[in-house]
This record gives sequence, C-alpha cells and structure tokens, in this order.
Amino acid sequence: MRAVIAEDSLLLRIGVAKVLEAAGFEVCAQVADAEGLLAAVEEHRPDIAVVDVRMPPGFTDEGVRAALVLRRQYPRTAVLLLSQYVEERYAADLLAANTSGVGYLLKQRVADVEEFADSVRRVAVGGTALDPQVVAQLLVRRHSDPLDRLTPREREVLELMAGGRSNSGIAAALFVTESAIAKHINSIFTKLDLPRADADHRRVLAVLRFLGVATA
Amino acid sequence: MQLTTRLQRVLVRPFRGAGHRTAFVAAGLPLHLAVVPLWLWLLGTMAALVPAVAALPVLLTLVVTPLLTAGQRRRYRAFVGHDLPRPAAPGPGRHWTSAVRRLTTGAWWRQVCYHAVAGPLLAVLDLAVLAVWAAAAVAASIYVWIWALPPQWQVADLGYTPQAAYLTAGGLALLFLGPRLTGALARLESRAAEVLLGPSRTEKLARRVADLAESRAGVLDAADAERRRIERDLHDGAQQRLVSLAVNLGLARATLADLPADARQVIDEAHREAKEAIAELNDLVRGLHPAVLEDRGLDAALSGVAARLPIPVRVAVDLPQRPSPTVEAVAYFVVSEALTNVVKHARATRAEVTVERIGETLRVVVADDGAGGADLAAADGGTGLAGLAKRVASVDGTFCCRSPAGGPTVLTVELPCAP
Repeated sequence: MRAVIAEDSLLLRIGVAKVLEAAGFEVCAQVADAEGLLAAVEEHRPDIAVVDVRMPPGFTDEGVRAALVLRRQYPRTAVLLLSQYVEERYAADLLAANTSGVGYLLKQRVADVEEFADSVRRVAVGGTALDPQVVAQLLVRRHSDPLDRLTPREREVLELMAGGRSNSGIAAALFVTESAIAKHINSIFTKLDLPRADADHRRVLAVLRFLGVATA
Repeated sequence: MQLTTRLQRVLVRPFRGAGHRTAFVAAGLPLHLAVVPLWLWLLGTMAALVPAVAALPVLLTLVVTPLLTAGQRRRYRAFVGHDLPRPAAPGPGRHWTSAVRRLTTGAWWRQVCYHAVAGPLLAVLDLAVLAVWAAAAVAASIYVWIWALPPQWQVADLGYTPQAAYLTAGGLALLFLGPRLTGALARLESRAAEVLLGPSRTEKLARRVADLAESRAGVLDAADAERRRIERDLHDGAQQRLVSLAVNLGLARATLADLPADARQVIDEAHREAKEAIAELNDLVRGLHPAVLEDRGLDAALSGVAARLPIPVRVAVDLPQRPSPTVEAVAYFVVSEALTNVVKHARATRAEVTVERIGETLRVVVADDGAGGADLAAADGGTGLAGLAKRVASVDGTFCCRSPAGGPTVLTVELPCAP
C-alpha cells in the first residue's frame, strides 16, 4: 500500500515514515504543509495520507481542512489525522463528511509501532480509527443518560469499539476472550437501544451515530 | 585628614545647595504676596461696610487662583526637579459646567486655602529668611563696609570698635544659621504645596489602587504568556524528541527479532519509559497552559480534562465569545484542580462542570456526589482549595465552596470579565 505523510516536525515525519516502511507501506512523499500535501496526493494518488492537524503557515487546523478537501476530491485516498491534543470537533468534521477511510489519533500513538501500523492499515482499507481519548471526550459531551447504565467494563469496550476495533482487537486490548467481548457488546447494544449489526464497520457507525458524531 | 573632613561637614556641607533653596524661597515671595492686595481690598470694603463691593475681591480671588497655582507648579518644578502631583481632574463636560464642577471639589478649596491663607503666612517666613541672609551678609562684612564707604555715609560712627567685632561675629553666626533656616522653610514650602495643591490622601490611595490593579494585571498576563511560551518550547523541543525516541525504540522492538532475550528486555524497558516520559510531559504541559486552551478555548480544553478522569464527568460550556486569556487560564486551572481534588478526596462516582457567562461574569461550577467535608483550611485537601482561592482572588473573582459532611460538594467560582 502507498502512503503520503504531511507533518511539519521533521523528527516525527521521519519516525512515521520509518514505522510505515517497516510495516510494508511504500511512502511516496513526505511533505511539511497542506499545499504540499494536496500536490503530493494529486501526483501519487496514495491509498492513505497521514496528516498533522497543525501545520504552517497558521498552525491551527490546516491539516483538517486539507483532509476534508482530500476526502471530497480523492475519495479513494483514506485520511488519518495526527494531533497533539484531541479536539473532538475535528473528528466530528471529518466523520460527518464520510465515515469510512478516516482516522484521528494522538501523535504519541505513533510510538506504539505495531498498533499504529494496524490503525493505518485499517483506515487505508476503508475502516475507521479513533483515538480512545477522542471517544472518551465524546462521552463527556453526552447529556442523555443511557450511558450511565453501562458498567465500567462496558464503557471500556464501547470506547474501543467506537475507535474502530474489531472484536479480536478489543479482546487483545483488554486481555479477555473474544466471546466475552461479544457478550459485552450485546449488552451495550441492548442498553443503548442500538440496531444490531454484524460487520465491524457498520457497528462502529452505529456507535458513532449514537455519540452524535456521524450523521445517519 | 579627619579634621578637614570634620571641618567640611560643619562649614561647607550646609552651604551646598543653599543658594538653590534660597532662590526657591525668593521665587515664592511674589506669588505668595499676589493675594495680599486682594485681602487689603476685602478688609477695606468690610471696614467701609459695603458688602456688595466685597464680592469683587472674592470673585477676583477665584479668577487668579488657577493662574497662581500654575505659577506655583512652575516654581516647584524648576526648583524641586519634578512635577507637583496633580489632583484628579473633574470629569469632562462643557466649559462652564466643568468650571462649576471644579468649584465644588475639595481640591479647589484646598488651592484657595493655599493661596489666600498659607501663602501670606509663608510670605512672612520667606521675608524673614531673606532678611536673615541680608543681615548676615552685611554684618559679617561690616569691616569691608567701614573701609569702603566714604566716612560721611556711615550712619553710626562704628570705626574699628568692639561693636564692629560683635557685629562681624553675629553676622557669621547668622550666616551659619542661614542655610538651616532656608532648608527648613524650603521643606515647609514643598510640604504645603504638596498637601494643598497636590492630590488628597484619598485621591492618592485611589490612584495607587488603580496603579496596583493595572500592574497586577500586567504581572498575571506576563506569567500567562510565560506559561504559554514554556508550553510551546516543550512541544517543539522535548516532546517531539521523546516521541521520535519512542518511535525508534518501538521500531527496534518490532524489527530486531533475532536479538538475545535480555537485549530485547532492555529495549522493551526503554520503550516503555520513553512512553511514560511522554505521558508525564503531557501532564506537565496540561498543568501549565495546554495548547488546546489557547487554540480552541475552554470548551475543548475542559472536555479534554474531563475525559482523562477515571469517573464520568459531564461538561457544559456555554460561552457566546471567548473571555480574555487570563480569565480562561484561571477558569481552566480551577476546573482541572477541582476535578483532581474530586478524584483524590471526594470518593465521588460522578462530577459535573458548568461554565457560563452571566452578564459580565464568568461563572464556573464544579459539583460532585462525593463524601463532602472539603475544607479550605484543612491541611491535606485544603492546600489545593486554598491555592484555587488565591488564583481566583488574583483576578478579583469570588470563590465559594459548599461541602457539608456527607456531601455533595459544590464549588462556585465567579470571575469578572469585561464585555
């Protein structure tokens, strides 16, 4: 798979490139700003663009705006945003336009090399990857109370599920069996009154819709 | 050596600046005497029992007062070296309304009092001191006069008699006394001018309070800017480097599969520590002034704080526009410290944060369903609360913590913010 990296910090750019190359990606271009990103995607048509939120010249949300343009103009290029801190509105903007092939992770997650590579791969093939912190912040926003009925364990499962992980991924993260996870998920869907869905991605959508991020 | 310094102290030092002070005193004389004709006129009309005409010198006094004050200020500046502090100016208005308003101020009547009463008294003292100087000069140099003046001009036939010697000695004594008298009078003059022409004590205090408030705001802003700068530096420097280090260690762990077990363990350890260092640095930056607060405001920053806590926290921020960075920083600090306290001490299962703008006040409420009993003065949990109260007081906010034993605890903070 082919990737383009847009990140203004040289150290991190090199780090991300190394991780992706080690995971078998072909890094076609590394750029430092949004304009360079659009040009590189136009030229290389990669499977995924890994984009820093804060980039020159303004160091505010150039990356998010560029990502929205990319999703509109090049629907076959997935976008993974990297951010210093979580601003759930960025995630919401990104997910509102299109819920497949997008991701939003904190920069420090790159250090968990294998997990980061998994997330990039998942997004590149049309899945989602949301940072657990993003999901946690979305939960803070919720003012209706079905969430209060969840047990702490079920909340954890919900956060991981909203982040885009499969059953096996959640099981591995929580060190329990897949069947235990399946049971938790069933319970969550019952308590939150969500429609059942088998495919991982549709399930993520249901949760995101519940959190008020993705539109129906 | 010692004798010369002692002589210098006694003979020379008193004369240093004496000329200057005498000039100051002399310059005051015409200004002080200016109202004397008006006084005489007033007394004259009163003696002649023509009260209608008595109004004239009074009115004239009112007219010349600002001129005399201006003259006194110039004298003060020229001889003391700095401006006499001005009393607060009356509010703006049409020419005559502001003139009428000025007539009702205490500052105005103190001025009138200075020129009409203190002035003539000071003039008498001025004259006395100038007379001492003149007498001292003449008496001390009596022999010169006896020698220089033609004999028929001499009023009394002193000649080279013992009286002349007494006169010389007396003159020298007066000469010795002159600088001290002049100094005392100059001090009295400055003091009178400062008290009667300068701002009153209330005005001085009010001005001081305003100055202090301004400088405190400046210090707070500077401290905030400094926190932001440190955050930027850490973000651009140490944080990036640590992430890069952790990435490299993670790559080493993932790709160097054929290393011996103990080497792998070392890499694992290093990788974990690098990630912990990143987390710790992030916590530190959050405590300083997180970038998200500067970029996105309270709403985004507080939901970030809330999401990191082990208990569910609801955050509702309702602000039509962003308050000043200083107020934002204080509100952020209050909420994040209060929530930390909730987790540490309150044994709560949930908490709620509301931030809203009511008129010109930013109201922050942090409530939990914990055990209560939080005490501002308590040694343990109290230090956190006392610190919060101080930070709130630094921007003239109010701080109220209701925490009955058994809970719940409600912390209400109100911060003034200009519209």
